[in-house]
Amino acid sequence: MTAINPAGRDVNHHILSVLVQNRPGVLARVASLFARRGYNIFSLAVAPAEEEGMSRITIVVDVESAPLEQIVKQLFKLIDVVKISELDPRHSVERELLLATVRVGSDERGQVLELVNIFEGKILAVGVEALTVSLEGHPDKLDDFEAMLGGYGIVELQRTGRVALPKLDRQARLRSMSTPSSPSSPNTPKGKVS
Amino acid sequence: MTATPAHGTRMTGAQALIKALEAERVEVMFGLPGGCILPAYDPLLESSIRHILVRHEQGAGHMAEGYAHVTGRPGVAMVTSGPAATNLVTPLMDAYMDSIPMVGITGQVGTAAIGTDAFQECDTVGITRSVTKHNELIMSADDIPMAVRQAFHIATTGRPGPTLIDVPKDVLQNEMTWYWPTDGELDASLPGYRPTTKGHARMIKEAAKLILASERPVLYAGGGILKARAAEALRELAELTDIRVVTTLMARGAFPDDHPLCLGMPGMHGNATAITAMQKSDLLIALGARFDDRITGKVDAFAPEAKIIHVDIDPAEQGKVRRPDVPIVGDAKYVITEIVKAIRDLLAGGETQADTTAWKSRISGWQEQFPLAYASSEPGEALKPQYCLEKLRDAAPESTILASGVGQHQMWASQYWNFNEPYTWVNSGGLGTMGFSIPAAIGAKMGRPDRTVWAIDGDGCFQMTAQELVTATVERIPIKVGLLNNSYLGMVRQWQEMFYDERYSEVYLSTDLPDYVKWAESMGCVAIRVESPEEVEPAIEKANSINDRSVVVEFRVDAGEKVFPMVPAGSGNDDVLLHPSQSERRDFLK
Ligand SMILES: Cc1ncc(C[n+]2csc(CCOP(=O)(O)OP(=O)(O)O)c2C)c(N)n1
Repeated sequence: MTAINPAGRDVNHHILSVLVQNRPGVLARVASLFARRGYNIFSLAVAPAEEEGMSRITIVVDVESAPLEQIVKQLFKLIDVVKISELDPRHSVERELLLATVRVGSDERGQVLELVNIFEGKILAVGVEALTVSLEGHPDKLDDFEAMLGGYGIVELQRTGRVALPKLDRQARLRSMSTPSSPSSPNTPKGKVS
Repeated sequence: MTATPAHGTRMTGAQALIKALEAERVEVMFGLPGGCILPAYDPLLESSIRHILVRHEQGAGHMAEGYAHVTGRPGVAMVTSGPAATNLVTPLMDAYMDSIPMVGITGQVGTAAIGTDAFQECDTVGITRSVTKHNELIMSADDIPMAVRQAFHIATTGRPGPTLIDVPKDVLQNEMTWYWPTDGELDASLPGYRPTTKGHARMIKEAAKLILASERPVLYAGGGILKARAAEALRELAELTDIRVVTTLMARGAFPDDHPLCLGMPGMHGNATAITAMQKSDLLIALGARFDDRITGKVDAFAPEAKIIHVDIDPAEQGKVRRPDVPIVGDAKYVITEIVKAIRDLLAGGETQADTTAWKSRISGWQEQFPLAYASSEPGEALKPQYCLEKLRDAAPESTILASGVGQHQMWASQYWNFNEPYTWVNSGGLGTMGFSIPAAIGAKMGRPDRTVWAIDGDGCFQMTAQELVTATVERIPIKVGLLNNSYLGMVRQWQEMFYDERYSEVYLSTDLPDYVKWAESMGCVAIRVESPEEVEPAIEKANSINDRSVVVEFRVDAGEKVFPMVPAGSGNDDVLLHPSQSERRDFLK
């Protein structure tokens, strides 16, 4: 993990969406390529893609644009990699999920509940001296939430790493709605994260 | 060759593996059996494939590479699991660095035992992931034909390289129904693998224009010329434009050394003219070359005024080291042929080529002032390794193949030999693997039995893989070894002399331990020891006259001899160190 900006707002953040054949070892191939060529992965999320036999890996890397070009080219040399797109944050939708257990005395409980409310998060579990909360949303929003929670004692915190898809422009939206045979629209993910 | 079985025939996975290799037209493979791969060795008894039993699995890998170097066909090495698989790692990496098509087949413990630390289990696919272009663990006998087709397809297309299939013992024993995938099925199974071979038409035209406009052009030919079988196309381009050609260590022979346009090898131990021509050039036309650090020296100081045309089939090479002005991703033969056409069109349309007369005369000036140099020895004095190589070269039958180990002797071999034909030079460039030459020479001789094959070796290298001479004797694959015995790990000794104040640390081997003559004889070779200059020619003549056995000629050479020119690691090419006899002339290198 890079130390440049743990909050994840560095300008050198690049999101790669990598479509791979879902075969044994494919994640190891991708991860070892990054290690071997000396690149840092900031976050990584993998799950089966809409197409049968394929998975989508969303990788966030911190690099200048020249090394990014090398990463993409080297990744593409992996036989199992079928397609790579760099997602420009301005033209993509990004989501991430955060779970946190926060230690709260009875006097602070109300403040934390309010915070969760403001951020539209959820309370997942309530204990005598702790709360487990979740928040789904844009990674920047999660960063803010995490920073605010930091004021109370965070016992454990886990984030999923971001997933992203290109934003539909008006044209694309019309096309995908009028073509019944088109691959399932990126707007309707198979599994819902909530 | 054995007939391919009909689709639907029932057979074991092992039989399917051997049938698949036959279907890939494999004629020879190199290997050594053991527990997990045992089932595959049984159907080999009925196969048309000749198997060469090696004495160490590293030897099998280098033999496969040597075979691939001279034939262009994929070399095949088959070994068992665990320690045998790890012994294959070095040749796989060597082939990966030098883009050699090679297929490794390893046995694996039974599928039920995978992950249990079973006897001779090792994570072969994990270990070889970063030294292969692709690898695959096969989990079902049904998958064998497709896995073999994929392995050969991937190894030989695009930028060639090694592939590996890891086959558990029960997968070899289980029954399957034979099929052979069609091209369409193969393509469909590899949706992520579509190498670009046709260069971009606009870029090709752009390249043609730059070439015609350049006043100081140099053709920078790399190993990709040989892989793409583009030597003829390169020659046409060079002759059409009258542009000088440098051939990298991996491209020796891709352009004939005796051609008037050939400048020979650039790089760390290249000749002064080749190094300086690249350095002062205003246009480098890089063809299947990768701007290796041994060529560029300090990258920031490399060819500062040159524009770059970079032709390579691997898009990741474009801009990896030096940003090209005209990047062209494609097969070198296709692209060069198209560039030639584009130049012809431009010339026919009235364009003219810039005047390169001044440049050409500068280059010939350097060639006159800075030929390769060494202090020759008089009769009775210590024998010079360069002298031995000159004599070997002059006495070599036409089209002799030269293989080499790694070290000083490798650089002298590349410098002093005349490579006038492609596929006559077999060496370990990118990885620099000591011990490469003897097994690689054996593989080369298997690929081209009609040729004389000389292996130039150092005493350090020889001791790493000499046992494969037993393989050569038993299998009747006669090669010749020119062993330059300088009693040292010579190249390392040279660095310690030049850069560590002559503080020699762990580089002395011994002159007569082992006794190379006795050792060679015990392996079934004819052995000759040469200690003085007068003995050189008669020994070589004798070696060349023996064709039914391998011959080892041990040349006891001057341990103090150093390789020049030299660009010290980390220096720029302008700071090349010349042979001491030429250093006072260095101002002429402008
Ligand atoms: C397997 C391996 N180990 C170490 C090295 C480092 N190395 C490069 S050249 C060299 C010396 C080679 O000695 P020798 O074979 O006697 O050849 P010479 O340089 O004397 O001609 C060494 C140790 C290497 N290239 N490969």
